[in-house]
Amino acid sequence: MTLTPLPYRVVDRREETRDTATLTLAPSGEPLAPFAPGQFAMVYAFGVGEIPVSVSRILDSGRLVHTVRAVGAVSRALHGLGPGAHVAVRGPFGRGWDTTAARGRDVLVVAGGIGLAPLRPLLDTVLAEPEAYGRLNVLAGARSPDDLLYGDEIPSWRRPFAQATVDRPSAGWKGRVGIVTGLIGEARFRPPDTTAFVCGPEVMIRATARTLMHQGVDAARIQVSLERNMRCATGHCGHCQLGPLLLCRDGPVVGYDRAESLLTVREL
Amino acid sequence: MTTSAERPCGARLLAALPADERELLVSLARTVALPAGTRVFEEGEEADRFWILCSGTVALDIHIPGRGSAVVETIGADGLLGWSWLCPPRQWHLGAETREPVLAWEFDAAAVRALCAERPALGLALVTLVAETIGERLRATRTRLLDLYGPSADGPAP
Ligand SMILES: Cc1cc2nc3c(=O)[nH]c(=O)nc-3n(C[C@H](O)[C@H](O)[C@H](O)COP(=O)(O)OP(=O)(O)OC[C@H]3O[C@@H](n4cnc5c(N)ncnc54)[C@H](O)[C@@H]3O)c2cc1C
Ligand code: FES
Repeated sequence: MTLTPLPYRVVDRREETRDTATLTLAPSGEPLAPFAPGQFAMVYAFGVGEIPVSVSRILDSGRLVHTVRAVGAVSRALHGLGPGAHVAVRGPFGRGWDTTAARGRDVLVVAGGIGLAPLRPLLDTVLAEPEAYGRLNVLAGARSPDDLLYGDEIPSWRRPFAQATVDRPSAGWKGRVGIVTGLIGEARFRPPDTTAFVCGPEVMIRATARTLMHQGVDAARIQVSLERNMRCATGHCGHCQLGPLLLCRDGPVVGYDRAESLLTVREL
Repeated sequence: MTTSAERPCGARLLAALPADERELLVSLARTVALPAGTRVFEEGEEADRFWILCSGTVALDIHIPGRGSAVVETIGADGLLGWSWLCPPRQWHLGAETREPVLAWEFDAAAVRALCAERPALGLALVTLVAETIGERLRATRTRLLDLYGPSADGPAP
C-alpha cells in the first residue's frame, strides 16, 4: 500500500454511458503495488479533490483501469479527463472479494448500476479459470438500457446464466424489466454450495442478500461491497466508520453475516 | 433447490405445497407452448387462467394513448403469470406478451378455485404462495420508485 500519491497519466478513455467512462492510467514513474479484485485506489483530480475508486480491470502492465461515474465535483472532473491528463493515485486499499472462498462452488454475481465496475475483475478471475469454480451467474441491474455498463461483455459471462434487467426500458429494449432480485429465481445455482458477490446501492444489496438467504445461501457466503465517505483510506480518520468497522481497512467487502445488523441500524 | 434448467417446472414456486396437494394442483395444468410475440391476455379481459412459466419470458404491459405499449415488468422461468383470477373483479389489469418462445403450465382458474374450495389446506397454501408473489412484486415496485440508480439516490451522506 502506497500512502504517498504517485503520478499517473490517462492513456485511454472509453465512454461507457452518458455519465460513466472507463479510464486507463499509466504510471509516470514507479507503479503502485498490484491491486486485487474489489480493492480501491484514492484518485486525485488536481485542484479538485480525491475520491475512492475501485479497479474495474486488473492489468499486468502496472496500468490501472477505473470506471468513473460523474456524480459530483471530483468524479465529474475525473470523468472528464482525456488521454494525456495527469492524476495522482494512492493504493491499493481495502479488503477485496475473497475469490478463494468461492473455489469449487457456484458463483453468483449481483450488480446494480456502477456496482458492476468493482465486480468485473472478479469475473475476469473466475472466467480465467472456469474449471476451478462451479456455475457462474451474473445478474446486472441498471436504470435504463443506456445506463448498462459493459453491455458488450455480458454475453461472454453466460456460464451458464448472465442477464441484465432495467428499471426503465426504452422503446426497443428486448431484455428484462424489473429489479435485479427478480432474476435470482432463474439463476442456476445450488444455494448451499454458492458464494455470492453483491455490489450496488445499499437498498439493493439488502434486498438481494435477504432473497438469497431466504433461498438458503449462508449469510457468511454473501460478500457485499459497502461504500462510505473516505478520506485517509488508511484506518486513521474514522470517516468510513460503520459500527465497529472502518470500511477502508475492514472493507469495502464484508460478509453479510457481519454487515446485516449494521446496515439495518439508522445513522450508522 | 438446484438450477432453473435442471429443476422441474414450478419447482421453486410450488415448493411450499405439500407433495400430494402439489400433485393434485399440477394434474389440472396443461402444458402450452407459446411462440414469441403471442398476446397472452389483454387489459380488461376476464382473468380466467393463470400460468407457471417453465421457460422463456413474458412482458407485462400497459397501453398508454399516444405512446403505445409500455412494458412495466418481465416475468421469467418459474414465475407466476397472472394473479387477477384470484380476487374480484377477476379482470386483467395489464396486458401480457411473450418476448421469446415460452413453455408454460396453464391452469383453468375456475377449476383451481373449485379444488381449493374442496380442499381448504390446498387453498390456503395456494393463496399464501400467490400472496408471496404479489409481495415480491410490490417490494420490487417500491424499490424502483426510489430510482436507486439515479444521481445521488443512495450515495454516502455528504
Ligand atoms: C470503496 C469505494 C469504491 C468506489 N468505487 C467507485 C467506482 O469504481 N466508480 C465510481 O464511479 N464511484 C466509486 N465510488 C464512489 C465514489 O467514490 C463517489 O462517487 C465519490 O466519492 C463522489 O465524490 P464527488 O466529489 O464526485 O461527489 P460529492 O460532491 O462528494 O457528491 C455529489 C453527490 O453525489 C452523491 N454521491 C456521492 N457518492 C455517490 C455514489 N457512490 N453514488 C451515488 N451518489 C453519490 C452525494 O451524496 C452527493 O449528493 C466508490 C466509493 C467507495 C467508498
Ligand atoms: S477513510 Fe479514514 S479511517 Fe477509513
